[in-house]
Amino acid sequence: MAAVDHDAELQKAGANINGGFGSLLFFIRSYPLGAFGAIIVLSFVLTAIFADFITGYDPTTTSAASSLAKPGIAHIFGADFMGRDMFSRIVYGARISLIVGIGSALLGSIFGVIVGLSSGYIGGWFDLLMQRIIDIMQALPLLVMALLMAAALGPSLINTVIAIAIPLIPQTARVIRANTLALREMPFVEASKAVGMSEWRIAVKHILPNTLAPLIVLGTAKLGSAILTEASLSFLGLGIPEPHPSWGRMLSESAAEYVRTAPWLVIFPGLAISVVVFGTNLLGDALRDILDPRQRQ
Amino acid sequence: MTGYVIRRLLLMVLTLFGMSILIFVMLRLVPGNISDILFDSAGFVDPVDKARLEAELGLDQPILVQYWQWISGLLQGDLGYAYVSEKPAIDEILPRIPVTAKLAALALFFSVILGVPLGVISAVKQDTWLDYILRVVSLSGLSLPSFWLGLLILMAFVQWFGWIPIYTDKPDTLLKELGLLSIPAAAVGFRASALIMRLTRSSMLEVMRQDYIRTARAKGASDFAINYDHALRNAMLPVITIIGIEAAFLIGGLIVTETVFNIPGVARFLVEAIQWRDYPIVQNLVMLIAFIVVFVNFLVDMAYAAFDPRIKYQ
Repeated sequence: MAAVDHDAELQKAGANINGGFGSLLFFIRSYPLGAFGAIIVLSFVLTAIFADFITGYDPTTTSAASSLAKPGIAHIFGADFMGRDMFSRIVYGARISLIVGIGSALLGSIFGVIVGLSSGYIGGWFDLLMQRIIDIMQALPLLVMALLMAAALGPSLINTVIAIAIPLIPQTARVIRANTLALREMPFVEASKAVGMSEWRIAVKHILPNTLAPLIVLGTAKLGSAILTEASLSFLGLGIPEPHPSWGRMLSESAAEYVRTAPWLVIFPGLAISVVVFGTNLLGDALRDILDPRQRQ
Repeated sequence: MTGYVIRRLLLMVLTLFGMSILIFVMLRLVPGNISDILFDSAGFVDPVDKARLEAELGLDQPILVQYWQWISGLLQGDLGYAYVSEKPAIDEILPRIPVTAKLAALALFFSVILGVPLGVISAVKQDTWLDYILRVVSLSGLSLPSFWLGLLILMAFVQWFGWIPIYTDKPDTLLKELGLLSIPAAAVGFRASALIMRLTRSSMLEVMRQDYIRTARAKGASDFAINYDHALRNAMLPVITIIGIEAAFLIGGLIVTETVFNIPGVARFLVEAIQWRDYPIVQNLVMLIAFIVVFVNFLVDMAYAAFDPRIKYQ
């Protein structure tokens, strides 16, 4: 692989390189939609981290007086049937979404890498066996697989993360395996063997770093689908249990009834899910264009 | 080609066999079976009664025996008895399939009718404002949870028409039923159309970069002929593949949408059965879903091999 002088390439493309700030400006100018997505994702992460400072209400404190309060000065997003402030439930809900989103995307990617890398590098009967197992896992839609996993593990935050992470493994495993198969034939791998490097060291030190770009692209896409799947699971009553404020479950609490009587209880949680997933999708698209030029459209 | 078909069929059977083991083991991992749920809610638990119920349902047998009973029954068309209703599982599942099938067909129809033309327009007008708008719309389609979209539609109906289009009784004519189902189908189809649109666009752009398109342009073919006669035909082939992915994608949307719109189909029934630990219903329904996904993918591969003369299989 020829070394690419990234700075020179960027300069040629008209970028004004003055360290990090210059390339940041370049990113914003070339990928305005991606930059917009990055802003959404960043505010989502900051909201999740600083939830305690953003809102004055505790998301679990009930109050009979403000049951089903309309959006107003006291409760800007209104309050639910139990009188809990919707704004603070949505702010704290970001934390749940972030934990589940990052947790399952990360866990799914790690296991995907382990399966894909070992499958592609070891090859033979091991590869064949792994491929069949992945075929089986891919025969069920993400949501159905997650539903079964969630039911099997029981409702809790950690179990929801695991239930969503497992169905995310096959796609990463496939991509990493395909990359590993191609990389294994590269001259630099042969060279490492000639120098006497161990197989394990070659796989981890030389092959893995070269699969990082597709891994980041896939991981961002997974973040969005993990957040959506958590929302669907919780909506169906098989995800995050009380008292955690989950955006999806807020919509399941007799939403069909509130559609008539308290639309704010339906609008805000759904909007929160959609905006965050939209942001990760925009960012993911831009990252794919930058990191995986073969897929550029 | 015959060898390829046979190999694909064998692989399909192998995948479904593996799936049956996976489902079975997963369901038995669940802490607590239906007897626990029934007796826990009753409060007082008489171990003798509980053991009798477990024996009646065959839950006291070794797991291998239970698996064998299920699979041998399944192969003979006997799906066992539902725990909750105590009726044969097949009588619970079959009557719920037509509604879901109609909903899925309508949703697929909407997604293709919307996704393919918009994807083509987006590609032909690449990097114009129209392309940007269409891309943002399709991306937002992938970002909206379909149950929320369903709830928004319900809300709009309440606001403007004063009634809720949920499924209460079975409508008397097929046309009326399809009319009622088209509303939830639009919610599912919009999400699915976003996927089709993105893939149509990238497939179309891929084709439009090829040499034969440049040749067509050089010999003076009109833009219209190039886009719709030369490019679209070849760009449609990868789009067929998406229908395979869509099968899995649609099922996820159907599960939540049937719940929102109160539609008595199999997809909602699966969720209910999972909550009740109704093993005979869950394991058979999940096998049905796996069969549909695997079979549709098989058909797509066959269609691909049949339509694209460039593909050769040993």
